Amino acid sequence: MCLAVPGQIVDVRDERGIRMATIDFDGISKDICLAYLPDIEVGDYAIVHVGFAISKIDEASALETLQMFRDLGILEEELDVTGGVS
Amino acid sequence: MKYLDEFNDPVLAKSLFDEIRRITTQKWSIMEVCGGQTHAIIRNGIDQLLPDDVELIHGPGCPVCVTPLGVIDKALDIASRPDVIFCSFGDMLRVPGSSRDLFIVKSDGGDVRVVYSPLDAVNLAEQNPDKQVVFFAIGFETTAPANAMAVHMAKERGLDNFSVLVSHVLVPPAIEAIVGSPDNRVDGFLAAGHVCSIMGTWQYGPLVEKYNVPIVVTGFEPLDVLEGIRRVVAQLENGEAQLDNAYARVVSDQGNVPAQKMVEEVFEVCDRNWRGIGQIGVSGWRLAPAYRSFDAEYRFDVVDLDAPESELCRAGEVLQGRIKPNECEAFGNECTPRTPLGATMVSSEGACAAYYQYRRLTGTPVGI
Repeated sequence: MCLAVPGQIVDVRDERGIRMATIDFDGISKDICLAYLPDIEVGDYAIVHVGFAISKIDEASALETLQMFRDLGILEEELDVTGGVS
Repeated sequence: MKYLDEFNDPVLAKSLFDEIRRITTQKWSIMEVCGGQTHAIIRNGIDQLLPDDVELIHGPGCPVCVTPLGVIDKALDIASRPDVIFCSFGDMLRVPGSSRDLFIVKSDGGDVRVVYSPLDAVNLAEQNPDKQVVFFAIGFETTAPANAMAVHMAKERGLDNFSVLVSHVLVPPAIEAIVGSPDNRVDGFLAAGHVCSIMGTWQYGPLVEKYNVPIVVTGFEPLDVLEGIRRVVAQLENGEAQLDNAYARVVSDQGNVPAQKMVEEVFEVCDRNWRGIGQIGVSGWRLAPAYRSFDAEYRFDVVDLDAPESELCRAGEVLQGRIKPNECEAFGNECTPRTPLGATMVSSEGACAAYYQYRRLTGTPVGI
């Protein structure tokens, strides 16, 4: 439930006063909210939980974690192609 | 060691197991309070590869599993109403209420939708002004900032057709309820990394001091869990009790301050009932008075709805570490992931579901 998936910020924009971004999770794109990581920039990696970037993370750690999700075959599930938050 | 090859660095995993075996001189019980950690432990067989003297107890670390039956029934009641679009994270849909679940409500014609983010529900409210959009806001501290932002945004946008059914729970009071219990047998804790990425580590210091118990913050990847266990055992063997952070690549001492501020604005602390465990004081969040008009319990008049738990389901004992899932008579019989009696069999992070998925069909009593 409280897992979070790392991704790379692709673009940043303002939507009605809220900082939003497109993020790339190993080939899967999502729109997420950056309100809780105000200093993060395009190219940075963050871990994302239910559509919110919650913690900045270095690239090597991000790629390692993404590979684990891939190996387990649960990346789509975690990103709610099936609808779970766990 | 059949599981060792499944670690992404088997050599490091072996060295950690060897080190834990080397330093362990007596029996220790360690509790993880994170469903992701529970899942990793069972999937990778960490509990079976550890020395016999190190026992892992799977605590109440899955918010889906601890959401009370009465709250599920409130969700079912609201979701059945014709003018409602009921939005939820996907793993709540199969959690059984007293007589049905959200899937059945959906198949009976209810408008139940799975969303990735609570902000999706806010957007649905904006797009459907003639409908009441309700979001099922459950979760630990990790999820609360997202849910808080959804309510804040709905208020900013003046959406009077958006509300939330809140059942937020907090990890430190649950740890205190367990470690402070007269029959506690947990010697050390693993704290959940993503909860701490929001809240920081500072909340755990007073628990370490008051109860003289080691708490190590760590992640949910198998090597993180293993390193966390190593650090707990090392402290216990040295007679130490400290707060330690084994997940510094994600977790800072102060946590995510903007997220904490939003939670403080939208929510206030409250007592909370935990499914299978009962009432724990100041263990949850509810909407603060300034946001109370977004509370679905009041909007749909379900505040007093309550329901007794199943007598057959022993999830409460599982969540408190009193029995292992496969010691429950219903496990694998009346209760399977397809026909769950309790939430611990529903969520992939529930201890019962993890035991079932990885075929732990028999076990030895833990002998409390």
